Amino acid sequence: MLRATLKSLLARKLRLALSAFAVILGVMFVAGSFVLTDTLGRSFENMFDSAYAHTDVVVAPKPKVDGQYAGDSSPVPGVLTAADQAKIEAVSGVVAAHPIAEAEGARVIGSDGKVVTTVGPPRLGSNWIDGVGGAEIRDGHAPQNDNQVVLNVEQAKKAGLKVGDQVTVLTPGGKRTFELAGTFGYAGGLDGRGGVLEVRFTDKVAQELMLGEPGAYTSFDVDVAPGQSAAAVRDAIAAQTGGAYEVKTGAELAKSIADQFKSVLDGLNKVLLGFGGVALFVGTFLILNIFSITVAQRTKELALTRALGASRRQMIGSVLAEALVVGLTGSVLGLLAGLGVGWVLAMVAANVSGLILAPIALPMSAVIAAFSVGIVITVLAALLPALRASRVPPIAALQEVATPDRPLTKLSVGGGLVTAAGVALMGYGLTGDGHLWPMLGGVMFAFIGVALLSPLVGKPVVAALGRLFSWSVAGKLGRLNSGRNPRRTAITAAALMIGIALITAASTVLTSGDESLRGAANREVHADLLVTGQNSTDVMPTFTRSTMDDIRKIPGVASATSEVYARAMIGKNGHGVSIIDDLPAMAAQFSLKPASATSGTLSALGPNDAIVDTETAVDEGVRVGDTVKVVLPKGDPVEFRIAAIYAENDFYGGYLLGSAALTHLVSPDPAVATITLAGGASESAVRDQVGRLLADNPEVSVMTKGEYLDQASGQIGTLLTMVTILLALAILIAVLGVIITLWLSVLERTRELGLLRAIGLGRAATMRMITVEAVVITLFGTLLGLATGVGMGAAVVRSLKGEGITDFAVPWSQLTAYLVAGALVGVFAAVLPSIKAARTDVLKAIAYE
Amino acid sequence: MSSETTQPAAARADGIWKVYGHGEAQVHALRGVSTAFDRGRFTAIMGPSGSGKSTLMHCLAGLDTVDAGHVFIGDTQVTGLGDAGLTKLRREKVGFIFQQFNLLPTLTAEENILLPMAISGRKPDPQWYDLVIKTVGLGDRLSHRPTELSGGQQQRVACARALVARPEVIFADEPTGNLDSRSSGEVLNFLRSSVHDFGQTIVMVTHDPRAASYADRVIFLADGSIVDELEKPTEGSVLDKMKSLDPGQSPDAATGGADV
Ligand SMILES: Nc1ncnc2c1ncn2[C@@H]1O[C@H](COP(=O)(O)OP(=O)(O)OP(=O)(O)O)[C@@H](O)[C@H]1O
Ligand SMILES: [Mg+2]
Repeated sequence: MLRATLKSLLARKLRLALSAFAVILGVMFVAGSFVLTDTLGRSFENMFDSAYAHTDVVVAPKPKVDGQYAGDSSPVPGVLTAADQAKIEAVSGVVAAHPIAEAEGARVIGSDGKVVTTVGPPRLGSNWIDGVGGAEIRDGHAPQNDNQVVLNVEQAKKAGLKVGDQVTVLTPGGKRTFELAGTFGYAGGLDGRGGVLEVRFTDKVAQELMLGEPGAYTSFDVDVAPGQSAAAVRDAIAAQTGGAYEVKTGAELAKSIADQFKSVLDGLNKVLLGFGGVALFVGTFLILNIFSITVAQRTKELALTRALGASRRQMIGSVLAEALVVGLTGSVLGLLAGLGVGWVLAMVAANVSGLILAPIALPMSAVIAAFSVGIVITVLAALLPALRASRVPPIAALQEVATPDRPLTKLSVGGGLVTAAGVALMGYGLTGDGHLWPMLGGVMFAFIGVALLSPLVGKPVVAALGRLFSWSVAGKLGRLNSGRNPRRTAITAAALMIGIALITAASTVLTSGDESLRGAANREVHADLLVTGQNSTDVMPTFTRSTMDDIRKIPGVASATSEVYARAMIGKNGHGVSIIDDLPAMAAQFSLKPASATSGTLSALGPNDAIVDTETAVDEGVRVGDTVKVVLPKGDPVEFRIAAIYAENDFYGGYLLGSAALTHLVSPDPAVATITLAGGASESAVRDQVGRLLADNPEVSVMTKGEYLDQASGQIGTLLTMVTILLALAILIAVLGVIITLWLSVLERTRELGLLRAIGLGRAATMRMITVEAVVITLFGTLLGLATGVGMGAAVVRSLKGEGITDFAVPWSQLTAYLVAGALVGVFAAVLPSIKAARTDVLKAIAYE
Repeated sequence: MSSETTQPAAARADGIWKVYGHGEAQVHALRGVSTAFDRGRFTAIMGPSGSGKSTLMHCLAGLDTVDAGHVFIGDTQVTGLGDAGLTKLRREKVGFIFQQFNLLPTLTAEENILLPMAISGRKPDPQWYDLVIKTVGLGDRLSHRPTELSGGQQQRVACARALVARPEVIFADEPTGNLDSRSSGEVLNFLRSSVHDFGQTIVMVTHDPRAASYADRVIFLADGSIVDELEKPTEGSVLDKMKSLDPGQSPDAATGGADV
């Protein structure tokens, strides 16, 4: 039996190669994402290991603000002084504690006048200390006075600056121009630490510009006496200073930072695996279809085998063995391809970020995932066709081959039930805080259910679609062919449906989000201009506080408010807070209203007043008139009076503090300003004037409300494009399915094609016939996908009502574009099969068997 | 020769050769065959299995190329035409009836009959169409699909399809090969009446002396050459001729070969 199986495998190598191709693509995606994240993870590890290789122990202050709130990973820098340094240097085993004053937000303006940007890594400003952390001057010399700085080699290259040039740096403490005294790198020939861009000043300038506090430091780099272990000294410092500091060895620090990166990579891996999963899910349909068609076409052969005495079990075994071979081959090749793809992507990522890539390796996780996924999926998909093969009666060998049109009742009832289960699961997954797994399971069930229903739905839809093309004979024949085998057409179309549905759902949700934002902006925002920056790192670009005074002086400006984001401890909890310099004006600009008649007023608020939204007030147990103690990153606790409790809206929630908080921040510079114009003032004139005030700050710009909303739409468009690109593989596999199905159909209908050619159907018309069949299938799949996708999108939008997505919008223009793309995909898929059909040799086709 | 008029024959072979394979395995399927098929006549081609009947017909119909010689359909030279020319020829001048698988399963009988017209974008002459339909005698079965028709009915549909377009010549390769004698009779009668009543030209390959007796003329092929021919054949005269041409082969064996 095995030999017979292998022989029949070889006889059908093309279609098996094609089904293996689907496995290869899916496995490639999965394995590739493991390889990518593993390689990047090890690269980060190596990078931080080498970055801290020359650091024995680091001492940092316990942060005043336990600043870890959602979305924030870096703790608030606290402040150390020379007194702390003396304390630490007194500990036995400590040779020296080098004081470091470092903070994020030193942005260099390059020779082209633009701010040097990074994709992710921070832009740090600190003081230069010879030899600490393995830093070494490469060119020129260390900063010798307050007008000199050094840049790391990578930064100097990016900025296009040479030693001796003037270099302008934007810092939290303002903009300043220096002389570039030199460039530096790190031991081991590194030009920087993994894409981090650095500016090193003298101690005094670093303290002034980066920390806003003379004599302050952020950490100490401790040298350990020869013969002492870093861990022992760490413990000694901790013990002898009474736990006043956070003390870590260089190795620990490297690990904890690398772990942060790794958790980001883990998230990335999950997202990629999700998309890989979709591709494999679609691949299942394709394999199922290929095996079904093959079994159908081999009915006679299978029946003969049965007649010769093969048992049912042997029949199932032979089909599954075939699937196993396909799955195994696909997994091995997919794994290799994944290794290649992962490596290439890692190289691209390294190139963009300046990371030094660790040697490529095949992680065990990739191997396990590749084989389990590849084989399990193929065998699962072949199970149904295998059962069908085992049910072929021996008598079929003698009968005329006619695939009877089995009734669809059972299938449709099953489909209905599965769809209902899927919808219910999805509904459950979307309620409350959201449950990811039920939701994903629901989506999968819904897809399977719709796929099962699709033969039933397909009959009328395919007939109606086909009618569009029936004006020519070729079109009519194509239409009839696509209606010929409802299950085959339906499965092929359903595979395409999945990708289209997910894109459509994403598009629906994002469009609804965009619409909701626009709606909310039009309802709630009464400001006309917005000043804000583009942030490429965690830190939002800011502009100098004095600019606010200049803006308020511009004729035509009715009110202008600014906002500074900060982290603060309020009571026992860390909060992200906004400090607003003119709370009443801001409340008016964003339609903030007191939550109830007893919630205070928003019209007269002083510098020491704070307002808070209802939900936070309940959570924190604060009431109007209460005084709260607020610890800001710098300085001592400040008391604020809760002047009002406001109803949260689409733009504001949480604590909003008055201007008294400004002096307790590292930098009072605002990240955002909103401007309301006086009646009759020209928007563009004011906009231009504000623009001129910001001219020397290339990272910050002024926008009208409309421009801001368009920019938000643009970002949504970018997100959608990314989702589409990631789903392209699933769609590609579905298109592959269309090609294979058509190809097999063409083979199956060789005789008919010969006949048609013999009675005068031209080559072009033959190709048109196949193309119409393909387009009908892909259009059907697209329509199914659009309908399912809009449905899923609507469900998600409903569940996001509380998150500010209040309007449901159907992205008609996108849907139309997808429909057109669906038709084009059909034309594309038809190319090979239609050439094959047009090449049918009439003589061979009509030769009697 | 039996040519009664001076107008060109409906189809003509001019010294055609057809060779398959190379070297040892070389087969001369046709060795310089020359013959003409007059308009309005029903010609049968007979001969032992492997004698080149199908090959001759395929070459005449432009389904296959020849290695030497020329083929004409009406006044069109078939040899040398490209795919477009051949497609046009098939649309306008040639009709086919095969032994089996003549009909598209997705179309009804009527749609199958009209398919060649539809393909070439022509409308059938309604009177002619009615006449053909009446002669084919399918009555209310016209809206049925091929799978719902008997083998004989299917072949009659195929005949009607070939006829409706009024081609210069219809080629039929063992059209009754798969049918019992009653169904064969129906099909052959239909073919004969289309020749005699409507002036259609038909060339039919057959193994069956009884089928050949429906024709006006029989040509005998052996080993790739025309070896004899017979005007106004009867079942008996054809049998005699076959015996004289191939004494070793019994007529039973010849008829049996039709099922191969
Ligand atoms: N494609 C081909 N390749 C090689 N040889 C071929 C091919 N087609 C036909 N032949 C050979 O050419 C000769 C004539 O074949 P042809 O099919 O014309 O015979 P036939 O008279 O129709 O026979 P039958 O009565 O069995 O149908 C045979 O010897 C056959 O083997
Ligand atoms: Mg033959």
